[in-house]
Amino acid sequence: MKLLEVTDLTVTLATSSGDAQAVRNLSFNLGHGEILGIAGESGSGKTMTALSLLGLLPYKGRAEGSVLFDGREILTCTKKEYRNLRGKDIAMIFQDPMTSLHPMLTIETQLTEHLRYHRKVDKESARQSALKLLDTVKIPDPAAALRAHPIQFSGGMRQRIAIAMALACEPKLLIADEPTTALDVTVQAGILKLLHQLRDERNLSIMIITHDLGVLSSLTDRIMIMYAGSEVESGKTSDLLMNPRHPYTNGLISALPGASKDGKVLTSIKGMPPELGNFASGCAFHPRCAFAEKSCSDSVPLALQISDTHRIFCPINPLKKSVDIGV
Amino acid sequence: MKEILNLKDVVVEYERRNETIRAVAGVDLTLNSGEILGLVGESGCGKSTLGKAMVGILKPALGEITFDGEKVKKLTRGQLPKHFRNLQMVFQDPYGSLNPRRKIGAQIIDGLLVSGMKIIEAMENAESLLGKVGLPKDAIDRFPHQFSGGQRQRIAIARALAASPTVIIADEPISALDTSSQAQVANLLVNLVEEFGMGMVFISHDLSIVRRISDRVAVMYLGKIVEIGTTTQIWQNPSHPYTRALISAIPHADGRSFMPSDLPGDVPNPMYPPTGCRFHPRCPLAMPECAITEPELVTLSDNRQVSCLLQISNTAPTPMTF
Repeated sequence: MKLLEVTDLTVTLATSSGDAQAVRNLSFNLGHGEILGIAGESGSGKTMTALSLLGLLPYKGRAEGSVLFDGREILTCTKKEYRNLRGKDIAMIFQDPMTSLHPMLTIETQLTEHLRYHRKVDKESARQSALKLLDTVKIPDPAAALRAHPIQFSGGMRQRIAIAMALACEPKLLIADEPTTALDVTVQAGILKLLHQLRDERNLSIMIITHDLGVLSSLTDRIMIMYAGSEVESGKTSDLLMNPRHPYTNGLISALPGASKDGKVLTSIKGMPPELGNFASGCAFHPRCAFAEKSCSDSVPLALQISDTHRIFCPINPLKKSVDIGV
Repeated sequence: MKEILNLKDVVVEYERRNETIRAVAGVDLTLNSGEILGLVGESGCGKSTLGKAMVGILKPALGEITFDGEKVKKLTRGQLPKHFRNLQMVFQDPYGSLNPRRKIGAQIIDGLLVSGMKIIEAMENAESLLGKVGLPKDAIDRFPHQFSGGQRQRIAIARALAASPTVIIADEPISALDTSSQAQVANLLVNLVEEFGMGMVFISHDLSIVRRISDRVAVMYLGKIVEIGTTTQIWQNPSHPYTRALISAIPHADGRSFMPSDLPGDVPNPMYPPTGCRFHPRCPLAMPECAITEPELVTLSDNRQVSCLLQISNTAPTPMTF
């Protein structure tokens, strides 16, 4: 059984101009010890997907469908049940560690708080666990770090502390929303190594959300690309990046500065990502797609299996190669 | 190629609680017309501070910046000499750099009105500028909030173009944008530089984009330039350990699970820079001498400049391996 099985997840948000669907009929799963990357531009619904798993949707937001976590339906959880789940079985780290850590509390207070809440341990053993955690995430001099405040650390160190906090109750699933976007490349590389190591040592499942395909290439086993709240392509990291089949994925990869061979001009996808509540009919990508046909605006595309592990939501399959495995 | 912007031993300092932080600690740099110079480094290395000094937002404590042969003065409330209108800046955050309460047209024509143009003529000019950056003419009567991040950055660029600049300092102009708008705005900047023969300093922490669009690259560390050369030289054969570390930290999006290497440690506090070479506490190749002697920026036989004790003036670069 997979650790996480999401089926037909739809997230509806209340906007000033009425209800709008931020995530539409999304289905995916995540195995034990697997790292799944979710990529897409802003407004593609990747963060809303993560927040819906934790019961953290914005005011009046609602999620429908089914989310099985460790065999248990969590979409119907009450507030109290979510409180027992968050931080214990599912933990999350955010983009900006300066705003996700409390600026006025010491690292010790923040690191031991949920240990004491979830595990009901006494202060001293919580402190010992906190020291061990800081050591795991490679913070030099953990004892001194416990007495310090977030402001005394650099961005990379703060993100390591946020990861230590997330790991405190030994969660089965770690959700990382743009964990390295605010960091320098040199520091980013360190965080990526740490996440990889945590997976190997603790069999931790990680769901990482980012728009950076380079980060996904280094870290993930599988990738799902989202556009306008829906999946457009998913597959093994190597298959998807080396042999992208959906025109949108292909566009994202070609837009990378390292992708095309000569000259200064970068390839770009024409147009811009659609806004919430204003997604195009049929395949939402069709207004920007170079291969769009008349039928693309009529019906929502169904999944097309390229291989057992690789699928796209594009019936035209314009980037078809002559030999397809498993089709 | 004509030398258009010149920096000589520029030092920029900030005062904080009676203490002085030297954010830029002696930089020599030249920018030629028609070239894009990439300026890279980790956050806190002084690259934005240097960019602001180039246009006169900050006043250098020491050293001199000349634009087209004349000294750049600090911006004040009074009018700058006409000459300096051709030196423009584009900022990182198009949400913060445009006034949310003024129409796009009004913001673009400011520069034109100051130069004495009539309002009708200025408005026509603004329309053609919007066309140049790929926006519809009716954008003139709209407000910033009606545009996406990428479009706002185009507006900010149109506003800079209104002064018919010969040099643009672009401080992280695409970092706040989505992947597809990033490529579009980068292409726009490259085309404008080529069309008008401008010079551009492109400040960015995204090395892959700098590699793509720059002719030359300057690498900064803790207020100093550690290496400067053509983009090919810097990428194919970095001759400073820091440049090498920066390049090996970039992840590759090729699906081959390449794990980038990290550079342990943090950028030190510029208030107390390390002795000797500023990079030595983090340098994998550091020798005892590095903590004592501060390396000079020397010119190697392939014409690039680098400040590292391992490199000897007028010889071929020693390859950096670690």
